Amino acid sequence: MELKNKLEILADAAKYDASCASSGTTKRDSAGSATALGSSGGAGICHSYAPDGRCISLLKVLLTNACIYDCHYCINRRSSDVQRARFSVAEVVQLTLDFYKRNYIEGLFLSSGIVRNPDYTMERVVEVARQLRVDHDFRGYIHLKTIPEASQELIDQAGEYADRISINIELASQQSLDRLAPEKNMSRTQKAMGGIRTRIETDSERRKADRQSGKRRTKKDRHFAPAGQSTQMIVGADASPDRQLLDRADVLYGAYHLKRVYYSAFSPIPSASPILPLKSPPLVREHRLYQSDWLMRFYGYSVEEIAPDSAPNLDLDIDPKLSWALRSRETFPVDVNQAPRELLLRIPGIGVRSVTRILQIRRWSALRLEDLQKLGISLKKCLPFVITTDHNPARLGLDSDRLRSRFAPGPQQTEFTFTVADAKSSAITGEV
Amino acid sequence: METIRIKPNFESWRMQARKLLVQSVPPEGLLWEDGSSGADSLFGDLENNAFEKPSTTIMPQVRIPRDFMNLAELVACHRVSERWGVLYKVAWRLTHGKERQLLALRIDSDLKRLEDWASAVRRDRHKMKAFVRFRKIGDTETGREQFVAWFEPEHSIVELTAPFFAKRFASMDWSILTPWQCAHWDGQSLQFSPGVSSREAPKEDQLEDYWRSYYAHIFNPARLKLNAMQSEMPKKYWKNLPEAPLIAELTRKAARRTGDMVEAPVSTKAHVSERIPSGVPSPDPPSRSVEPAGVLSRADTMSLEELSQLGLQCKACPLHDRAT
Ligand code: SF4
Repeated sequence: MELKNKLEILADAAKYDASCASSGTTKRDSAGSATALGSSGGAGICHSYAPDGRCISLLKVLLTNACIYDCHYCINRRSSDVQRARFSVAEVVQLTLDFYKRNYIEGLFLSSGIVRNPDYTMERVVEVARQLRVDHDFRGYIHLKTIPEASQELIDQAGEYADRISINIELASQQSLDRLAPEKNMSRTQKAMGGIRTRIETDSERRKADRQSGKRRTKKDRHFAPAGQSTQMIVGADASPDRQLLDRADVLYGAYHLKRVYYSAFSPIPSASPILPLKSPPLVREHRLYQSDWLMRFYGYSVEEIAPDSAPNLDLDIDPKLSWALRSRETFPVDVNQAPRELLLRIPGIGVRSVTRILQIRRWSALRLEDLQKLGISLKKCLPFVITTDHNPARLGLDSDRLRSRFAPGPQQTEFTFTVADAKSSAITGEV
Repeated sequence: METIRIKPNFESWRMQARKLLVQSVPPEGLLWEDGSSGADSLFGDLENNAFEKPSTTIMPQVRIPRDFMNLAELVACHRVSERWGVLYKVAWRLTHGKERQLLALRIDSDLKRLEDWASAVRRDRHKMKAFVRFRKIGDTETGREQFVAWFEPEHSIVELTAPFFAKRFASMDWSILTPWQCAHWDGQSLQFSPGVSSREAPKEDQLEDYWRSYYAHIFNPARLKLNAMQSEMPKKYWKNLPEAPLIAELTRKAARRTGDMVEAPVSTKAHVSERIPSGVPSPDPPSRSVEPAGVLSRADTMSLEELSQLGLQCKACPLHDRAT
C-alpha cells in the first residue's frame, strides 16, 4: 500500500482521540548541535486548525488500525469492516521528522490498535519513540498511548522517551466497559496509572536529590514523562450521567495525579456497532464537561457542587458556574472590592486572570463597573452577582428562576449556544 | 513641539527616551518621528545625528521597572505610529510621575493601549511560530538540508522571533522571507536582510501532499465548527498555508459524510465479533469481593502477603477507588 494511503487510513483512525496538547514539558532546544532537531517546552503551538475547530499540533496517527479488541464505540474494533493498514516503524519516524522540519507539527502522538498481544504492540510503539530520540536526537514533543496490559518494563521505556503518556479510561464504570469494551478492565487501567504516577514521582524526587547534591546530569538521563499522564473518557455512548463522569475524573486527578482528562463526545462512525445509541450527544455536553473539569481544577469547586445528587446532569443551556451561582443565591452578591480570592472566583463571568487583576488593582483604587468592563469582563453575566462602588444588585431583587430564564437561550437554540466566543475559551481552556 | 527622530526600533527609542528622562523633558509637546511615514529624507539626517552616538558624558541613572521594558520591547514591534509617544508617556509617569503602581493598573487608559498593542504583537509572533511553512530547496555539500519559507507578519516581529527558529531548527539551513525583513540561519549565526517579494520564495515541497492528506483525514466531519477554526486561523493567513485550499471542500462535504454515516442502515452483518476469534484472553475475572469482618476474624492464620493481596481487592467502602 502507498504511504499516502496508509497515512489517510491511520490518521482517520486516530482522530477520535481528543488530545493534541504539546504543552507543559521540559524546556529544551537544539541550539549548538549540528545533528539535533527540535525544541519544546512552554505553551505548545497549534500549527493548524481543522474545520472542526480543533487544533492540529501533533502528527496524530495509529501505528496500525488492526485490533484484536472489540470496543463497540471504536472504528478500529475487530468487528468493524474498516480498511486496515499498518505503518512500519521507519515510516512513522521518517514522516515525523519530515513534517517537523517543515514546521507542520510540534511532534508525534502515537497509539496503536492491539495486534497479537499487548507487549508486541507496545514494543513497536516504543521503538518509534526510541529511534526518534536516540537515533535522530529528536527534541520535539512525543506523546505515547500505552496499553494497561503491557509489561512494566515497556511502560518504563515509553516514559523515558515520551513527554506524555496516556491510557484511555474510556468509560466511567466497569459495567459500561463490560457492555461496550468487553476486553477492558477499569481496575487494571487504574493500576497501570498508579504505576505511572509512582514512576513519575520517584523520578522527580531522584532528580531533586541529584540537583541538591550537585550531581551532573548525563545525556542518557531522561526525565520520565515530564508532561505527565492524561486520559480520555467517551461521552454519550453509555447512559452514565455527568455526575458519574466527573466523579471518575475527580478520582483520576486525586489518586493518579493526571494532568488532563479529555472528554470526547461519542461521534458517529462508519460501520457502527448496533448496540451504540444512534444519535451522538450534543457537542455542548462535552463543552459543559470541560468547563466543569476546569472549575474542579482551577476554581476549587467540588464535584458535588457542580453536579449535585439532585441534578446529576449538567445544564446544557447555561454554564456550570452560573448554574452553581443560581443554586447558591445566598452567597451573592459578592463585593469585588472586599471579597477574598476564593469568593471572587465564584462570580459568574469572572475568570482566573481577571480575579488576579482585580486583586492587583484594588490595592490602589476601588473598582467601579466601568473598570470591570475595561478588564474585558462581560457585565451582562456578572451584574446580578457583584457589588462595586457604584453598583449593588440587591435592589434588582431577582430570584434564581427569573435569573435563569434571563441567561438561558430559548429552547430551540440549545444546540447552537456553542458559538465562537464560547468555543474560543472552551475546548482549549474550558475557562468560565 | 519638539520632534524626536528615531529609527523604528526598540533600541533607538530606548536611547532617546533615557536621555529625555534624564533631562526631565515632559512627554507633552514631544513629537516622535520614526521615518516610517514615508519621509525618507529624515533617515538621511538620522545617521549623522549627534544624539545617536553614544554619549561620552556619564548620565545619571533613571530606574525603570524591568516589566515595563519587556512590555516596551513588544510594543515597539507594533506598526501603529503613536506607540513611541505613549511609551514615553508611560515611562515618564513611572519615573517622574512617581506612579510606580501603574503597571498593575490594567484599567489605566495609557497602559491599556500598550497592553493591547503588546497582545497584538504577541499573537502575531505566536502565529508566525505556528504558520511558517518551510519548503525544502536542497542539501549543502556537507549534507545540511536547506529550507525556505514565505510569511507575511502583521508587525515587525522577524528579529524578535527568528531566535526561536534558530534554536528549534539549529541543524538545518533556513531562510524566512517576508515583505519587510528576512531572516537567515546557517548553523552559526542569524542574519537579517531587507524584505523581498513573494516571487523569491519556492512554490512547493513534495511533502505538502502528505501534509494535506493528513489535514483532510484528521478532521472529523461530524463536528464541523468553522467559526472556532477561523477565530484561531483567520483567513488572512490562508494564502500561505498549503492545507488551506482544502477547507472549502472539506466543509462542503462534511454534512453529507456525517449524514451518510448516521443514516447508513446498521447492518448486523457489520458486527461480526462472534465470527472472528478474539485471540486475547478476556479480562481479569471480577475480583472476589472481600468481606472485611470475615477477613479480620481469620487474620491470625494468614500470611502478610495474603492479607495485602486481599487488601488490594477490598471494595467494601468507596475509598478503594482512590487507592493506588
Ligand atoms: S483497543 Fe479498543 S479502543 Fe483501542 S483500537 Fe482496539 S478497539 Fe479501538
